[in-house]
Amino acid sequence: MKENILIIGGGAAGMEAATQLKKLGLNPIIVEKSERLGGHIAQWDRLFPAFHPAKDVVEQMLNNVKDVDARLNTEVTDIQRDNNGFHAVLSNKETIDAKAVILATGFDLFKAERKQEYGYGIYNNVITSLELEKFFKEGKDPRINNPKKIGFVHCVGARDVKVGNTYCSKVCCTTALKQACEMKEVFPDAEVYTFYMDLRMFGPGYEDLYLKTQKDFDVKCIRGRVCEVSEDMDGRLVIKAEDTLFGKPLRMTLDLLVLMCSMEKAKSIDKIQQKLGIANNSDGFMQNKDMYLGMNDSKQDGVFVAGTCTAPKSLPDTIGEARSVAVEVFNYINNK
Amino acid sequence: MDFGFCLSPSSHVKMDSIDLTTFNRLKETNPDVNTCIACGSCTSTCTAGNFTEMSFRRLLLMLQRGKEDEAKKMIQRCMLCGKCTLVCPRGINIRKILLDITR
Repeated sequence: MKENILIIGGGAAGMEAATQLKKLGLNPIIVEKSERLGGHIAQWDRLFPAFHPAKDVVEQMLNNVKDVDARLNTEVTDIQRDNNGFHAVLSNKETIDAKAVILATGFDLFKAERKQEYGYGIYNNVITSLELEKFFKEGKDPRINNPKKIGFVHCVGARDVKVGNTYCSKVCCTTALKQACEMKEVFPDAEVYTFYMDLRMFGPGYEDLYLKTQKDFDVKCIRGRVCEVSEDMDGRLVIKAEDTLFGKPLRMTLDLLVLMCSMEKAKSIDKIQQKLGIANNSDGFMQNKDMYLGMNDSKQDGVFVAGTCTAPKSLPDTIGEARSVAVEVFNYINNK
Repeated sequence: MDFGFCLSPSSHVKMDSIDLTTFNRLKETNPDVNTCIACGSCTSTCTAGNFTEMSFRRLLLMLQRGKEDEAKKMIQRCMLCGKCTLVCPRGINIRKILLDITR
């Protein structure tokens, strides 16, 4: 009989782990709280660094899991350990007995209104990176009305002790430059500025994207954090920042400001996480057993972690972790 | 009568009203001016910079922040030795750009 493996979360990590577990001869069961599989990445238009359509990747992943047992609109409401592994109760009153559990519960996007000085939810022309991505995907947003000057703010809700997030959210730098280039594609006459503290171009092809952003797209990268945003009488945005390379404060009027929101661990799993005895680390993400050799193990036997529930990660990072968690679970079941 | 009070001008760079003529002209013939990553190699190797305020990194920024007069004053310190061009990791032809600014 094939052993059941309960995967909580049907995003990139959950789907890829399920695909691999199925190939390894186990029976993965995905429990997904929303009405579809695909997670955050399914909301995305194009991927950095090469502007690859997200749809291609997502469709392939969805195709890989079409024979996997998946429960949509369903949450795990209770989970207990028993002699055979785990006994989970779902929100549809169904129960699942599984030998192992994979937490692939991902992230929540930082709520931009928490950084009040940026005026999200107060000024009409302040939007989030996700909203801009939806504009690229759907081609319309009433707030994006042929802007002549566009600004991007990096590290919104990241590297910020005041909001409780001291970590770097890893993917926003590259996303900002990708979106800045895309804005120049849509509005070639617009001036585009990004306000960064450091540009963390950590992956293959990312530094090339940075060079392309500067040279081919004429995007102006200014080192300095936007400190305040206000609105002038015409409803345009007036921002203040220091150009820290120049050593002088500057002021500028913009038509659109995009906030690069950080990742925070998804809160909806807190109760189940507690029941399984998985603690958070100081960043608020789930603790794994070991940073190097035990990144997919938790401190609890039979409970595994994959994807952005343990730290901010890019899509390739997440897929890599999902594949490695499948091997970990396979070995765990076979050595039992 | 002088009471010792005066109005100090704002130190803010007003990005809405700065004059970018020189920089934009420079950009047409030297698209590389956009690719500076502010590493400071040019400035630290600069022979003139050891004794004066000469800094190519800063000079580029001055042009982008509308401080053309300051930039033109700074450029007079340059001796055109070209060491900056040698060390630039982005391969910017700094010596040529410096010459083009004064042209």
